[in-house]
Amino acid sequence: MSTAADMPAEQLMVRAEGVHKRFGHVEVLKGIDLAVAPREVMCVIGPSGSGKSTFLRCINHLEKVDAGRLWVDGRLVGYRESGGKLHELKDREVAAQRREIGMVFQRFHLFPHMTALENVIEAPQRVKGVGKQAARARGTELLERVGLGDRVHNYPNQLSGGQQQRVAIARALAMEPKLMLFDEPTSALDPELVGEVLDVMRGLAADGMTMVVVTHEMGFAREVGDTLVFMDDGVVVESGAPRQVLTDPQHERTRAFLSKVL
Amino acid sequence: MATDTTTRSASPEQIRAVPVRHPGRWVAAAVIAVLVAMFVHMLVTNPVFQWSFMVDNMFSAPVLRGARTTLIMTVLAMVIGVLLGVVLAVMRLSPNPVVSGAAWVYVWFFRAIPRIVLLFFVANLGALYATYQLGFPFDRQLMDLFGFSGDLRFLDLDGNQIFTGFTAGLIGLALSEGAYMAEIVRAGIQSVDPGQTEAASALGMSRSTAMRRIVLPQAMRVIIPPTGNETIAMLKDTSLLIAVPVTIELNFQLRAIGSRTFQIIPMAVASILWYAALASLLMIGQHFLEKRFSRGFGARETRAQRAAREAREVGSTH
Repeated sequence: MSTAADMPAEQLMVRAEGVHKRFGHVEVLKGIDLAVAPREVMCVIGPSGSGKSTFLRCINHLEKVDAGRLWVDGRLVGYRESGGKLHELKDREVAAQRREIGMVFQRFHLFPHMTALENVIEAPQRVKGVGKQAARARGTELLERVGLGDRVHNYPNQLSGGQQQRVAIARALAMEPKLMLFDEPTSALDPELVGEVLDVMRGLAADGMTMVVVTHEMGFAREVGDTLVFMDDGVVVESGAPRQVLTDPQHERTRAFLSKVL
Repeated sequence: MATDTTTRSASPEQIRAVPVRHPGRWVAAAVIAVLVAMFVHMLVTNPVFQWSFMVDNMFSAPVLRGARTTLIMTVLAMVIGVLLGVVLAVMRLSPNPVVSGAAWVYVWFFRAIPRIVLLFFVANLGALYATYQLGFPFDRQLMDLFGFSGDLRFLDLDGNQIFTGFTAGLIGLALSEGAYMAEIVRAGIQSVDPGQTEAASALGMSRSTAMRRIVLPQAMRVIIPPTGNETIAMLKDTSLLIAVPVTIELNFQLRAIGSRTFQIIPMAVASILWYAALASLLMIGQHFLEKRFSRGFGARETRAQRAAREAREVGSTH
């Protein structure tokens, strides 16, 4: 797989330049420069509070970037640049950008009043205007793909955590995104349920989906990731091929972190 | 310990212990029984109750029409109140400070006014202006300024016709209810996990779609029980329409019979029985509504799921 380094900037799926974010007096991101090529799987690791989730949420503008620039598929996220000035996008335009970016949350956030299938077809129907029959057919297909063909009519609270997270992945895929963001997708799961979710994500990566995965699953990062990024205290400390970063970390902070989690 | 596994299979003797006695229950039952007997004695022996007179009159045609008016008023005032409440709650939570402030002022004002005072005021709005016109503010002054004559008004209503009887009552009750419902709906919306809105916006839904399809249906679970209580309170508050007055409503009719025949107590008891019966009806409806909106929160199996499960079981056994 081609990495982002040898690729012209306009072809990158995600490009971040000097991204800063602060909450009140706390500076959470202190200048993030990152690039994700199409079909690349980037895994982001780091201690909690290092800003990795915040960075992920900046990519689909759930958090507003304070300084720096962030592009997805060549388009500036959340702003429009014209006449040397940045203009905030309207809610409608932000929503249009988000349609192309799927997001999977740590706590699933399935819609509890809808069945698995209804969860999956809601956005295609209401946002994209897909017809009911077509949406149901596609939704059933996606649920089968994540191994839940026999659970389409179950409500989220009748599903295990692993099943709920797989529905959440199917729900994001239903919008046919160009990019999938995973925010610690297995951190809220019982250990024996982690594997089924990682299997689905592995399948997605094999199908060529561009993915940014914030995770603590080093095995997954090593095996599936094209790039591994280690973040600490709001900066990217180290990035490179997963095997290299995990076995031969160049920085003391990376070494210290890995010695605790491996 | 491994040898013990054989003895475990022989089931031990069934326990037949002497249960704890509850003498307090018997004492309470005796006391209550005496009190109930005293109450029944009063009902049966006091001639003022005039039971046959009450039964003859509490189902007369005007009373039945009054009951119907009361129910219609309750439903209409609640429907308008709930719609107004949803709008006000969404306004209240709007990031626009002007919109949110306006909703706050509305809620503050109508929660501060007793309903009976508000009803009396609305009923007499006909005395403020004879006709109510809607139009451009300062229209005559502006027209004069630019050298035209005439006005810019497009709606013309007779104040003495709107602010009387049924409509006055409905306006008063619905405006007041809107304020209470706004608080209930706001609490409901705020009870929904913010992650839900986030998930919806991550899917590209607009704020209004997310509110309508994701947040409000979940807020319903929190909104419905107090709304049921509001409806029951509204049914009872229609008796305040006597301040307007609304002459075709239940309480007015029953009291009218009482004062006309000097049988005050029988008709007062009839009122109690009528309101108790109607409120009980609403309570039953409330029960079923609450069940409907707890969808996806209990471990209840729906029809489609049962069919799917049975299909799976049939599939696995064959």
